[in-house]
Amino acid sequence: MIKYEKFVLENGLRVIVHEDKSTPMAVLDVMYDVGARDEEPHRTGFAHLFEHLMFGGSINIESYDEPLQMAGGENNAYTTNDLTNYYLQIPAENIETGFWLESDRMLSLGFNENSLDVQRKVVIEEFKEHYINRPYGNVWHKLRELAYKEHPYKWMTIGKELSHVENAQLQDVKDFFFKHYTPCNAILVVAGNITVSQVKELAEKWFGDIPSGDKYVRNIPQEPVQKEPQFLEIEAEVPLDALYKCWHISTRLDKRYYVADMITEILGGGTSSRLFQSLVKEQQLFSSIQCSHLGSIDAGLLYIDGKLIKGISIEEGEKAISGELDKMKTEKISETELQKIKNKTESLLAFEDISLMNRANSLANYELLGDADLMNKELLLYHAVTADDILEECRRVFVDTNCSTLYYRSTTSMPDSE
Amino acid sequence: MPDRKIAPPIKDAIEFNIALNPCTRFSLSNGAPVYYINDGAEEVAMIEFVFDAGNSYENKNGVAATTNYLIKNGTSKKNAFEITESFEYFGAYLSRACHNETTTITLHCLSKHLKELLPVIRELITDSIFPEDELEIFQQNSIQRLSVNLLKCDFVANRLIDQYLYGPQHPYGKVSTKEDIEALNQEDLTAFFSQFYLNAKCRIFSAGKLPADFEQLLEKYFGDLSFNKDLPAFMQNRELATQKKYRINNDENGVQGAVRIARPFPNRHHPDFKKVSVLNTLFGGYFSSRLMSNIREEKGYTYGISSHLQNHIGDTAWIISTEAGKDVCEATIEEVHKEMKLLREELIDAEELLLVKNYMMGVNLGHLDGPFHVIARWKSLILNNLDEHYFYESLNTIKTISAEELQELSNKYLIPEDFFELVVI
Repeated sequence: MIKYEKFVLENGLRVIVHEDKSTPMAVLDVMYDVGARDEEPHRTGFAHLFEHLMFGGSINIESYDEPLQMAGGENNAYTTNDLTNYYLQIPAENIETGFWLESDRMLSLGFNENSLDVQRKVVIEEFKEHYINRPYGNVWHKLRELAYKEHPYKWMTIGKELSHVENAQLQDVKDFFFKHYTPCNAILVVAGNITVSQVKELAEKWFGDIPSGDKYVRNIPQEPVQKEPQFLEIEAEVPLDALYKCWHISTRLDKRYYVADMITEILGGGTSSRLFQSLVKEQQLFSSIQCSHLGSIDAGLLYIDGKLIKGISIEEGEKAISGELDKMKTEKISETELQKIKNKTESLLAFEDISLMNRANSLANYELLGDADLMNKELLLYHAVTADDILEECRRVFVDTNCSTLYYRSTTSMPDSE
Repeated sequence: MPDRKIAPPIKDAIEFNIALNPCTRFSLSNGAPVYYINDGAEEVAMIEFVFDAGNSYENKNGVAATTNYLIKNGTSKKNAFEITESFEYFGAYLSRACHNETTTITLHCLSKHLKELLPVIRELITDSIFPEDELEIFQQNSIQRLSVNLLKCDFVANRLIDQYLYGPQHPYGKVSTKEDIEALNQEDLTAFFSQFYLNAKCRIFSAGKLPADFEQLLEKYFGDLSFNKDLPAFMQNRELATQKKYRINNDENGVQGAVRIARPFPNRHHPDFKKVSVLNTLFGGYFSSRLMSNIREEKGYTYGISSHLQNHIGDTAWIISTEAGKDVCEATIEEVHKEMKLLREELIDAEELLLVKNYMMGVNLGHLDGPFHVIARWKSLILNNLDEHYFYESLNTIKTISAEELQELSNKYLIPEDFFELVVI
């Protein structure tokens, strides 16, 4: 049970305080309700590029990092398809430095042409490092485009193509900032060795006078129900054939989300999972196999991906996966297996909560979803899932018309393997 | 309205008195030392068994790592699935890792399940049989994984730079090839298991909410095992490569190069180590470091560049590493040399020095938060044959080191000719 208090400033900034007197540290987490899904199709990668620019100096403070480090703090940020999160950890005595820095960059950035020039280059190198200069690095670009035809989840947070990042202009940066980086589109979580009254005072002092801004009303196309199986085959100079399959699942706030999450655990969680046990160990068709889901707020994807053993065809591997999914659709899982998945979930949530940073981040996440209190209710939602729910969800999700399949064929043979 | 131009007052982190909370120590009746911290807000626990069974002790490549990896893949009573299931049913995670000197077997679980899981760990470390078919699957999958990794410039660069720094025969420098993996057999593993696990040098670390009878439980399940064998200290001289500069073309279509610039460096017992840790942070160890400020934040050559002292118990190395655009790899190396020169020739100004000191102290404070962090720090000290004095001396070094000392160290160590230089595209 995570205890917290919540209040809202007049400008609409939601503030959550989680006291923990056992630590000498404090965490300050600012989450903005904007992600890659809010980008325009011809200007993708912008939310993430923007995250980089948030470190290029704000209206009154030339450098973000140095004053924070001078106060003994460290920080980072990430962008997803749904949201952008900035977080710092600092000795609790110096928490006001965090308020000062974060409030100034919420007030306004420095909008510095040089910073944009450099960060464009940095992000392009990041793009290359993770998605181009890497075997199988382009898979998720392809798979998202295959599975999503309308919804902006069809592109990655890094961007659809390098040119979108290369062409970003300072005016785009300004427009993006004033549209999304406002108190009414943000959540502030302060956690650690601080008090509620201290946070109230500091939040009022540093964030209170920032103009509220307009509430961004999200109006993005939702993905229509897929009517036909989608298929793509690509070839590349990789050593192994690989198979990727994904299926549309529910939105994050739907009860079905928890069922889908448990299904991925049954199929792909750990070495006692069904896919690993059957396809890697018993049948030895794959050298590795995973099952997971995107964890997105709008309707997400559940996916399976595996690398085939040399000599096994992708088609053979795919047939074996279908066999496992057929079992999921015809036989109810045993009470023992269900209990195992619930135990794993309980344990996972308990370990996540050890870290102060994780607790702060989770509170922000749940508040963004609609209610921080979900954090304390989630375990019950998992416990409520029955074997019948899982059977029903498998029958609903694992149908061909709901599926996208990508064959990733190797054009190189392993040295001396032929 | 606050004046936003003026930073709020701070307490300089160098004024913090950071303490390393003690850990409880006791010995099993077989002499194996146990270090633990019974504390924490969540009902979770961690226990780690550290064996002196790392790859320094093998005489055939890959035997130590494979023995460690397959230790949960079969005993005379349980097959691999049953073993995994006995942990995963309780939502527990059993992980294992092989390092140069040590291997670890680590359990994370809800506190309430510790009692049921300790006997399973006993079974693994006393009765593993390394079934032939499990080894075959492991070999096949490892070879496939290796074939993918060998396409990655960073993976290839990390293997090569270690070979230059230590020599291809040295435990820190040797790598596993396809042929090495193919050559492994069951006898190798059972022999290694019997030599280094059944007659072991084992130390135990634990943290979290532990049961009241924790010590008795450990004694019950592990007190009778041969855990206190004296193994010969590992001695191997490093063999530095004679050639200093390397340019490797690993991928014709590569758009980035993995750059590694590295020099040998003594281990933690050398008087310069603690001081150079500060110099390293300033040079390439944090976001505002000289290397990041210049090569990422000014030039935009890379997504990230860093330097670090390798985490070895024996003699180690100081490494600068980055993945940079193919066309700017040479320019990146040139800038690294410029930054070395600046540190040799110009005194660090007071503000930057205070910045790096405060940052390091703050990070130290943050990384000692909670029992899991604290036991990890104790483990690091103990495995390196150090004690809390080293911890406090390190903090004191951060607080007191001067710009003059850092310049002197730069002149001693940041000499481009002493460094190996590698680009893998």
